[in-house]
Amino acid sequence: MSGAEFVPLSLTPILIGVFTAVACALPGNFLVLRRQALIGDAISHVVLPGIVVAFLVTGTVTAWPMMIGAALASILAVVLIEAIRRLGRIETGAAMGVVFTAMFAGGVLLLERSDTSTVHLDVEHALMGNLESLIWLDAMGWASLLDPVALAGLPPELGRIFITLIGVSAFLWLFWRPLKISTFDEGFAQGLGMRTGALGMALVVVSAVAAVAAFDAVGSIIVIAMFICPPAAARLMTNRLERQIAWSVVFAVISAVMGYVLAGYGPLWLGGTNAVSAAGMIATTSGLILLLAVLFGPCRSRTGAPSEG
Amino acid sequence: MFLEALTLQLGYNATLVAVGAALLGISAGVTGTFLFLRKRALVADAISHATLPGVGIAFIAMVALGGDGRNLAGLMLGSALSAWIGLLCVQAITRRTRLAEDSAIGAVLSAFFGFGVVLLTVIQNMQAGRQAGLDGLLLGSTAGMLMQDAVIIATGGALTLALVLLLRRPMTLVAFDADYARSIGVDPDRVDLMTMGLVLAVTVVGLKIVGLILIVALLIIPPVTARFWTERSERVVAYAGVIGGLSGFLGAAISASAPALPTGPIIVLVCFGLFVISLFFAPERGVLAAYLRHRQFQRKVHIRQGLLALAQGQPVYEPLTIRLLAREGLARPDGIPTEAGRARAARALRDEHRWQVVHRSPDYEEVSSLHDGLRDIETVLTPDQIAEIDDRIGGPREVPA
Repeated sequence: MSGAEFVPLSLTPILIGVFTAVACALPGNFLVLRRQALIGDAISHVVLPGIVVAFLVTGTVTAWPMMIGAALASILAVVLIEAIRRLGRIETGAAMGVVFTAMFAGGVLLLERSDTSTVHLDVEHALMGNLESLIWLDAMGWASLLDPVALAGLPPELGRIFITLIGVSAFLWLFWRPLKISTFDEGFAQGLGMRTGALGMALVVVSAVAAVAAFDAVGSIIVIAMFICPPAAARLMTNRLERQIAWSVVFAVISAVMGYVLAGYGPLWLGGTNAVSAAGMIATTSGLILLLAVLFGPCRSRTGAPSEG
Repeated sequence: MFLEALTLQLGYNATLVAVGAALLGISAGVTGTFLFLRKRALVADAISHATLPGVGIAFIAMVALGGDGRNLAGLMLGSALSAWIGLLCVQAITRRTRLAEDSAIGAVLSAFFGFGVVLLTVIQNMQAGRQAGLDGLLLGSTAGMLMQDAVIIATGGALTLALVLLLRRPMTLVAFDADYARSIGVDPDRVDLMTMGLVLAVTVVGLKIVGLILIVALLIIPPVTARFWTERSERVVAYAGVIGGLSGFLGAAISASAPALPTGPIIVLVCFGLFVISLFFAPERGVLAAYLRHRQFQRKVHIRQGLLALAQGQPVYEPLTIRLLAREGLARPDGIPTEAGRARAARALRDEHRWQVVHRSPDYEEVSSLHDGLRDIETVLTPDQIAEIDDRIGGPREVPA
């Protein structure tokens, strides 16, 4: 394929997919190890009421109010889950189930009741995203990468998800030692004087930010998949956290690129005419990678000892 | 409209849907209770999301065979199959690998749902079958439902409920004591699998009414709500059934009474409303009850400590203590004890002295641990024992100047 076709139509969706996947997979490593994997699931559901309320308040579908609304909704959800867990003395999973389903139902109801026919805001879009539409029309070919005029026409989602990725990486890099110690031995971390509660909350907030930024670009289904599948697969590959994170990044990138290519070109190879959902295909690919890791990963057994070979 | 819907006068279909939703709610509440007691509430989330690829494949298969892709029975069959595969995947990942159940749930949920989304876009591109009905399965939609579908839902709800009632003994047993269940010949793994089978049945029947994203709410919220009202397991099961049934029925009725009220979200929100009411107003475990208990306790501690201070002639500075004492008529608003206050204060001090003897004496070791600063010693010792303690204290002594 020539650059003239690839750069405007496929480069930006692939880059956005890759950045999203990595931004979600990085904090996902810690969520999986801390058995909080379903926080990602809960957050991606409550983002919907957040953006609907933001739309009702501002009346527009611009990015910033929506992201702020979504972020506030995620924080509200985390606070509510904690409050219900403590006030009602209910286990976390059930408290989570109560909160995110009720908030999601509220979001759907608001959406149905309000007049959103003039704007592009519906439940399916929120779930499945629209990665394919994030194209770069100003680009003519590879040379456009150096052309400031063309670069100004890049989809804004690319910049936002890139900044988010930098932010998430910076958080992990800055708090690497406390995060690592408190994830594996919370008591020891407290003994060293670390504020594990605040750190846990910070991790959840960072995950929420990643989820919201990703949601903006690609919809919620990819977000859950990327929080869990690449880190879970990486967990079966190695016993060292550093290597696990490296593996998870590799898996996330492979899922994003392969998923996009399969969705865009797979049907054509099979004789079809239309592309299928890229977000769905990326999630599917990450699931297949996890399947391979479950079947063949060197550190898949619970004892932690690598098998022969 | 709403009253008519409540009294089942909105036509045959709406009535069938309301009855079906009520039956579904009861089965979901009861089944969900066992999930909740096993602390596996969110497995249901994986199961329900895993139905989507099955729906897609069933649709494609039915269209390929020349039928109507929206046949509800066919879609339900397909969704049940793929949800079952999803469930087996969760169990295999949890058992065979070191990954925890939450990771397994999240992975299966997202990968299956993602694949389902891919299939939905394939169907959109097929242009053969009318795919409009499929989007309704995500969030539930009973508008313009065929009568045949309503009959399927009502029958499915009734069958599921019958199964739940049939299996409730072994499920209760396993939920509370899996080891004991094993020892009397009930295989917990098999019972767990049966519970999951019921969850699956609830999900599949609920596809059309509640939709696959929100059906998990009907499995989780009723038992959590019921738990506020009772400490006994049979009652949690029964209450959860009632709460689920009520939500299903009310939700379906409200939704039928006006346009643009999607059934699934309304049912979930009704259920959530019941949960919020219970969270705050349940008699024992509710937030309000807990707050009142706390206030009561605070009052007791303040009065007791205030009385002890008065008895020893110390001034009381804490405004709340003075207020409470004044309200009981034990002290004047400026902190000077009344006649009644002096008498109660002397008794409190005597009680405290008796407790001190109890603490020092090895004879009363067991009683000693009951001392919490509030309990009257007369409620834990016999009059003879108290007389014996008073002997040790001795008679009234001269008050130090």
